[in-house]
Amino acid sequence: MIQPFSENVLSSRQQTQWIVELRDVHYSIGNREIFSGLTLTIPRGRITAIMGPSGTGKTTLLRLITGQIKPDSGQVLFDGIDVSNLSLRELYALRLRMGMLFQNGALLTDMTVFENVAFPLREHTKLPHSLIRHIVLTKLQAVGLRGAAQLMPAELSGGMARRVALARAMATDPDVLIYDEPFTGLDPISMGMIVRLVRQMNNALGITSIVVSHDVEELAALADMSFILAGGKVAAQGTFNELKGHDSQIVHQFMNGLADGPVAFHYPAPEYFEQLLA
Amino acid sequence: MKLLRELGDNLRSFVVTVGAVSLFFGRVLGQIPRAMLRPRFVIEQIFNAGALSLVIIMTCGLFVGMVLGLQGYDLLQRFGSEDALGTGAALALIKELGPVVTALLFAGRAGTALASEIGLMRATDQLAAMEMMAVDPIRRVVAPRFIGGVIAMPLLTVIFVSIGIFGVQLIGVQQLGVDAAAFWSQMRSSVGVDDVMEGVIKGCVFGVACSLVAVYEGYTAVPTAEGVGRATTRTVVTSAVLTLILDYMLTALML
Amino acid sequence: MRSTRTVELSTGLFVLLGFAALFFLVTQITNRELSINGNSYEVYAHFENIGSLKPGAAVSIAGVTVGRVESIAFDQNVYKAVVRMRINSQYNKIPVDSDASIMTSGLLGGQYIGLTIGGAEEYLGNGDRIEFVQDALVLENLINQMVATFSRRGEDSEQKSSEAPEAQETK
Repeated sequence: MIQPFSENVLSSRQQTQWIVELRDVHYSIGNREIFSGLTLTIPRGRITAIMGPSGTGKTTLLRLITGQIKPDSGQVLFDGIDVSNLSLRELYALRLRMGMLFQNGALLTDMTVFENVAFPLREHTKLPHSLIRHIVLTKLQAVGLRGAAQLMPAELSGGMARRVALARAMATDPDVLIYDEPFTGLDPISMGMIVRLVRQMNNALGITSIVVSHDVEELAALADMSFILAGGKVAAQGTFNELKGHDSQIVHQFMNGLADGPVAFHYPAPEYFEQLLA
Repeated sequence: MKLLRELGDNLRSFVVTVGAVSLFFGRVLGQIPRAMLRPRFVIEQIFNAGALSLVIIMTCGLFVGMVLGLQGYDLLQRFGSEDALGTGAALALIKELGPVVTALLFAGRAGTALASEIGLMRATDQLAAMEMMAVDPIRRVVAPRFIGGVIAMPLLTVIFVSIGIFGVQLIGVQQLGVDAAAFWSQMRSSVGVDDVMEGVIKGCVFGVACSLVAVYEGYTAVPTAEGVGRATTRTVVTSAVLTLILDYMLTALML
Repeated sequence: MRSTRTVELSTGLFVLLGFAALFFLVTQITNRELSINGNSYEVYAHFENIGSLKPGAAVSIAGVTVGRVESIAFDQNVYKAVVRMRINSQYNKIPVDSDASIMTSGLLGGQYIGLTIGGAEEYLGNGDRIEFVQDALVLENLINQMVATFSRRGEDSEQKSSEAPEAQETK
């Protein structure tokens, strides 16, 4: 059902245990260094959490994995393929194997929910209408929104929009689903629904899930494996319990939500009294 | 010294912008054949850029024509040649006012709509989502809108001119009593098909320029509410300035 | 979402309106409507000066447009402007000794060719030449002539008046 791009990019190799590997990645925006020698591996078929304080480049990491940006040095491998060496065409072929859920869903605002889910199918396949309808309704049923098929994105709540986006990301049956801050700004009920869906997708379909977030509670219930990013590197990695007991200060501060620590409460400033008296 | 460096920096950023726009233009042009394969999207954009601008274009055309009728009559009757009103007004409308005013209105109505629409798609990650779904947003979003604008603009221009001439006629002939036969016959004898072509060519060029500016500003907008607002403003300003500069160049070229 | 039909319908109307406007401009505003469809024949004439006559200008008899100017060129052999006119075949009884003059419609109007009917029994046919012509009135020439006439008179009187005092002085 997918257009024939070059075969080697498309076929899943199942050789390695790691679906995504980053090797000694350096990346900087202007003079600001985001990553300095980042190395991490994401296991196939599991739910992996990527956490870290704001501004540590979690979203940048996703953009590196999906090939939207290229590292200054180092390698980003997706299923053994170096993402930064691909042509645009090959990259697009590779992306059909990834589904991505953006923070606010990123639904196309000028189409109905149904058309949004049908969008990747219509763009990449020449399937007959009846079959597309069948696939779309199946995906919408999976996220519990078959009844909302004819609504416009503007009529959806934040949680519903994200579920539609999940259905859309699932439409091409990807190997990997990437969630960018899926819990931000949701009420507890919607959050619970998303958590359930992430686990369902993983358990039922064996899809590798990469969840970027800083909601420690939700991830604790979800993730098989977690990374904490800080200072352009992996500060800690392991299962949730391993992280809880991690002795590094930054990990301790992050996991327990402390106001002061290596990430200082005060933004760098001159000495308080000196400035007052000056 | 500081002034000189600032000037240099400005010049540099100007050259960089020109380069970026040219590369973007090339990418859009490269995707046009594939975008044309799905005419439904192009039709939708002709509708957005053209049909939705029709009312404002027609209203403005009528009033520009009527003003031209009043002013032209006032001027010409001093020389006792009111009969030349048709010729003067028609040439002014076809060669200058039509294309230029239409382009300015187009930039204000359709250009801003394009820029803010694409800018919002950028700000709400819709473009990134398309890229992630292996769909090139230049082909799917930018190219149809560009083509729509380029097709709509010359059509709007000739509609503007026609309505404008009707407006001139309304004031000149119906109200101020210029002889209808003289009005039309003088217009016909001195306006050539090449004059109409000049207007249409200008309309096409302005259409390309204004549409390109709009889609470029939208596509490269800073993905925040403020960024989209700025892109919209810049679209109008850049389009207007570019239109007037191009108008001078085209006029010099074709006169 | 607007339904596809409405979009297509209004786009269609818009495009048709645009082409209608273009058609209106080309046929109603320009001199293209004088173009002769159907049969026609061509005649030509030599002029010393055509003024600002343009291809496409009307050729008329008694104010009725019967054809239009096809092309204007300069003939180096005779050092005159050659104006080719295309005339509707319907008007095939124009005497060969008719007179072609370049006239101006109104003060600021465009120029056209007016044919004044002659008295011959033979009629103009394709490729014939109109012998009798009247050049365009060029305003500058007229003024120059006037100025020349006036200044000559002025000079004459000045000479007379200037001669007189000299004569007086010499006396």
